[in-house]
Amino acid sequence: MPEIAYLDNNDTTKMLPEVLEAMLPYFGEKYGNPASLHDLGLEAENAVNASRETIAKALGVRADELIFTSCATEANNLALIGAARARSKRGNHIMTSSIEHSSVINVMKYLGDNGFQLEILPVDHEGFVNPDDVKTRIRPDTILVSIVHANHEIGTIQDIKAIGDICRQRDVWFHTDAAQSFCKEPLDVGNLPVDLVSLNAHKLHGPKGVGALYIRKGVRIKRLMEGAFQEKNLRPGTENVPGVIGFAKAVELVSRDVQEQRSKMRALRDRLIDGLLAIPKSKLNGPTADRRLCNNVDVLFRYIEGEAILMHLNIRGIAVSSGSACSSKTLEPSPVLTAIGLKHEESHGSIRFSLSRFTTEREIDYTIEQTGQVVETLRAMSAFVPERDET
Amino acid sequence: MALQYTQKVLEHFKNPQNVGELDQADAIATEGSPACGDMITFSLKIDPETHVIEDIRFKSYGCASNIATASIATVLSKGRTIEQIKSMNPKQIVDELGGLPAIKMHCAILAVNGLKAAIHEWEIKQGLVEQEKVELSPKTIRHQLEKVINPQTGAPIVNTMLKDVQVDDGKVYLELTLAGTDDAFATNIMNEITEALGEMKCVKQVMIRFMESKKSVITEFNQDC
Repeated sequence: MPEIAYLDNNDTTKMLPEVLEAMLPYFGEKYGNPASLHDLGLEAENAVNASRETIAKALGVRADELIFTSCATEANNLALIGAARARSKRGNHIMTSSIEHSSVINVMKYLGDNGFQLEILPVDHEGFVNPDDVKTRIRPDTILVSIVHANHEIGTIQDIKAIGDICRQRDVWFHTDAAQSFCKEPLDVGNLPVDLVSLNAHKLHGPKGVGALYIRKGVRIKRLMEGAFQEKNLRPGTENVPGVIGFAKAVELVSRDVQEQRSKMRALRDRLIDGLLAIPKSKLNGPTADRRLCNNVDVLFRYIEGEAILMHLNIRGIAVSSGSACSSKTLEPSPVLTAIGLKHEESHGSIRFSLSRFTTEREIDYTIEQTGQVVETLRAMSAFVPERDET
Repeated sequence: MALQYTQKVLEHFKNPQNVGELDQADAIATEGSPACGDMITFSLKIDPETHVIEDIRFKSYGCASNIATASIATVLSKGRTIEQIKSMNPKQIVDELGGLPAIKMHCAILAVNGLKAAIHEWEIKQGLVEQEKVELSPKTIRHQLEKVINPQTGAPIVNTMLKDVQVDDGKVYLELTLAGTDDAFATNIMNEITEALGEMKCVKQVMIRFMESKKSVITEFNQDC
């Protein structure tokens, strides 16, 4: 038995040792503030700018189009509120999808409660936004559309090129949250019709506490915090220098072999999907093949509850997450699973397994075997006897 | 969110006691529903002379604490009389487990209500009590809502959140206050109330309103009377 099978990489990832090594001097002797004029400050400023170059290169964009934030949530807040406020004279209609991460949907709802007209686009049973829906719902007063690149729960990869093209034709700013896809799926921002892209470090083997926002040249958003002039006057506050260094180091290391790692993760992902679907009364949530994020698996097991599955797997050294209401803070089932049409009792039995470049075939096979046993144990004691058996 | 379960909860979750169904049960009752993700079925053998619960089994659909509370409930019930169980308090289950997170308190209520429902069914079958006709009144509604728990505090909503109950020809109007509870829990509380009242006869409509927020919900029922 492997010591632990960490399959919660859509939540967070293990930091690479090289990343920690690159960060350490900036916690120690290289403690300068990039805003200072002396040599110690200059050293920090140069390091931050070199980091910006590294990440910009991986995205195919200019370094001055990238600003650092504390996380992807902050990048989403800055992008959406900053863009809406900047364009409020032009119109107040904004759109997003029903399967966004809470750091997008809750920000959009906040805007909707504060003077903007929010429209939430539906998705199909695999979680896809139909670009035609975007086209028919854009109005003369539409100013902003935000659609996630790859969904955090069921791995749906949206056609952001098609959606972005429509937005561009109508001069609507288009934001995408790429926290899950960056350095896993191709993301050639320089050649995509996107205006704002949110990123973070800790989902790609970098440190927690640092993210970034890409802002296309010419797109001028409002800042949310008052303070000094850091980050192009958009994000006041001294930069998290060690975090930024770690973010860039992680991008440098993982962007080298994105294609190769993607193929490897996909193969293991599909091995896991096949193994889990061989368990009776199970069903895959979300799409398959290249339309699904390479490291994401989400399966519903009927007639049993997700938190109990999760806890049993945890005892066996397997770390996963669940769409069940019992595992959520508000006791409500996952909004993403509800949006793709799952009934409450289907969401309750859904488990997400998310891989990394370090996941092994042995871990996958162990997980399949253990999950089969756990599901069987829980079903044998389940009080949920269906009136009519579903497949 | 990491769940802070006690060792005792984890023990009963890992090795639940008295799992299954009794072949020739004297009483069976199920509490909860699949939509809520919480369901327990108890089956009991009861001595008609002594009223002692001779054997008991449970089945569970739910989270780790649902399984653990059902398991401990069977352990506490075996060998006791139905009179003892009728005076059982959810707190006894919680204490026996060394505590439960506030958000999981409803599991203990579900377990106790399941046991009491099974016993009630047995008493009716034995002719010891009559199937009472529950009248729809603010008092009976408050009683029915005693099992709805505020997930943030772990306390029943009737004591703290429920401000007004009105009944008019099967239509139930409830007014609640969040009283410092996070607004994010409002939907869950409304769903739990609707589910609880949906079990009552004569209910045609339930309308729930929170004083502080825009959240309100109307659910139509067509319960027989």
